[in-house]
Amino acid sequence: MNAENKTPLIEVKGLVKRFGNLVVLNGIDETIHKGEKVSIIGPSGSGKSTFLRCLNCLEDADGGSIFFGGEDIADRKVDINKHRRHMGMVFQQFNLFHNKTVLENIMLAPVHLRIKDAGGLFASRATKAAIREEAKKEAMQLLRRIGLEDKANAYPSTLSGGQKQRIAIVRALAMNPQVLLFDEPTSALDPEMVGEVLDLIKELADEGMTMVIVTHEMGFAREVSDRILFMDGGVIAESAPPAELFGNPQNPRTKEFLSKVL
Amino acid sequence: MEQASKKQGFWKNHWMDVLAILAVIALVILLAVSVYTRFNFAKKWGIFYNYFVTNRGYKDLLTGMKNTALISVLGLLIGIVIGTVIAIIKVIPPYKKVTRYAQKVCNVYVAFFRGTPIVVQLLVGYYILLPLIGLSLPPVTSCMLIFGLNSGAYISEIMRGGINSVDAGQLEAARAVGLSFPVSMLKIVVPQAIKNILPTLGNEFIALIKETAIVGYVGAMDITKAFQDQGSNSYEYMIPYLVMALLYIVIVAVIAGLVKLMERRLAKNERRK
Repeated sequence: MNAENKTPLIEVKGLVKRFGNLVVLNGIDETIHKGEKVSIIGPSGSGKSTFLRCLNCLEDADGGSIFFGGEDIADRKVDINKHRRHMGMVFQQFNLFHNKTVLENIMLAPVHLRIKDAGGLFASRATKAAIREEAKKEAMQLLRRIGLEDKANAYPSTLSGGQKQRIAIVRALAMNPQVLLFDEPTSALDPEMVGEVLDLIKELADEGMTMVIVTHEMGFAREVSDRILFMDGGVIAESAPPAELFGNPQNPRTKEFLSKVL
Repeated sequence: MEQASKKQGFWKNHWMDVLAILAVIALVILLAVSVYTRFNFAKKWGIFYNYFVTNRGYKDLLTGMKNTALISVLGLLIGIVIGTVIAIIKVIPPYKKVTRYAQKVCNVYVAFFRGTPIVVQLLVGYYILLPLIGLSLPPVTSCMLIFGLNSGAYISEIMRGGINSVDAGQLEAARAVGLSFPVSMLKIVVPQAIKNILPTLGNEFIALIKETAIVGYVGAMDITKAFQDQGSNSYEYMIPYLVMALLYIVIVAVIAGLVKLMERRLAKNERRK
């Protein structure tokens, strides 16, 4: 991405998160710009996942603010559901809805929310049918894109981990989000399935999707990211483009971590 | 030779069991004969048959069976709705004051219905509370309502267990795509929870059927009341009461069988998945 044309998408200021007495995030300031691909690396327990989950308020912040879509979404009074539509999230454990087919998994949120926007229970039957038809078409298109249209009516439990995760990614895409948050998307996968998932993420990155990725795949992070955040002890210890961070880390803790994992 | 020694081995190992079984059989026969002669079974059967068939006593029983079925099925349905609502309220993260108050109300509700006998609830409900709020419902309808309220308290605890058994990631994923808490619960979590607790709900249904035997207290005709009436009208209790017990056993056995079948079906589903 070109450095001149930066519009901030998510602005995090002084983010603090505690679990009981344990301070997990200790004042994080960070701005994610539109079109930027940011990878977060760091030792386990450094707060990477918690930071990502705070971004769409799956964890409530204990202090600081997160500006997204012109509002501070760390404020509990803000309607978070409105903003979550624009932030897709992909989980380590996929979390496809077990009681829904693949197609229903993808269609559920778009259909429900569009019907709600069209008046909810008061929407006419024709409108609802039209919304459903349109969402189904979009969902099938997404499935075709990942080559799984023949699995549309299958239940998630019949699929492999790689298939589940790719479906989870297109489920997030079905909402046309402004940013995708990936929480260790390949950590729960068998090694031979990691490739197909990373390929899909790379494809989306090339199309210009804004992404925040928590990952242990250093090679992937280096390849796909515009910027890498190294987190340690609840703060962002270093933030730099991949070539710089991997080639010439400034922070001693970054050096130590990289020497262990590379 | 070999077989004979095997036979001897059997006798050596099991002579006490066989003796015990024979003794029990002898005792039962003795008891049956003595009961038959002493209680004049033939005469009692005649009275029962006369009342039940010739005098159309079975009509009461048919009404009674219909009411027992109505009260327990609708009671269960009302209970599931109430139980689900209470269970959902109880698992809401208690950020807001309203939530905390609602949870307290639910706790009181559950404590009341689990802490008093169902007979007491029926009497208080039918003779005091319903008239007090100006509702004059027929006995059967009142029973449905009160049994529904009662089983709601029990089902709420079952349902809460079911909801807790669903992986937390399911709710997170639903929230992450922008669905609100209630919608996520109703569309994703509760359906999976209900699947987990279906066998337990079946047992709750069986318990409910047996508990409805007390609706005669407020004048509703059910299976128990039908046989009671027959007993007191014909001055002959033995056969009506025995038949009543048998009828309950058969009904419960059939439903228990269905629950087991359902359980096996669900297990198979799980495996195929």
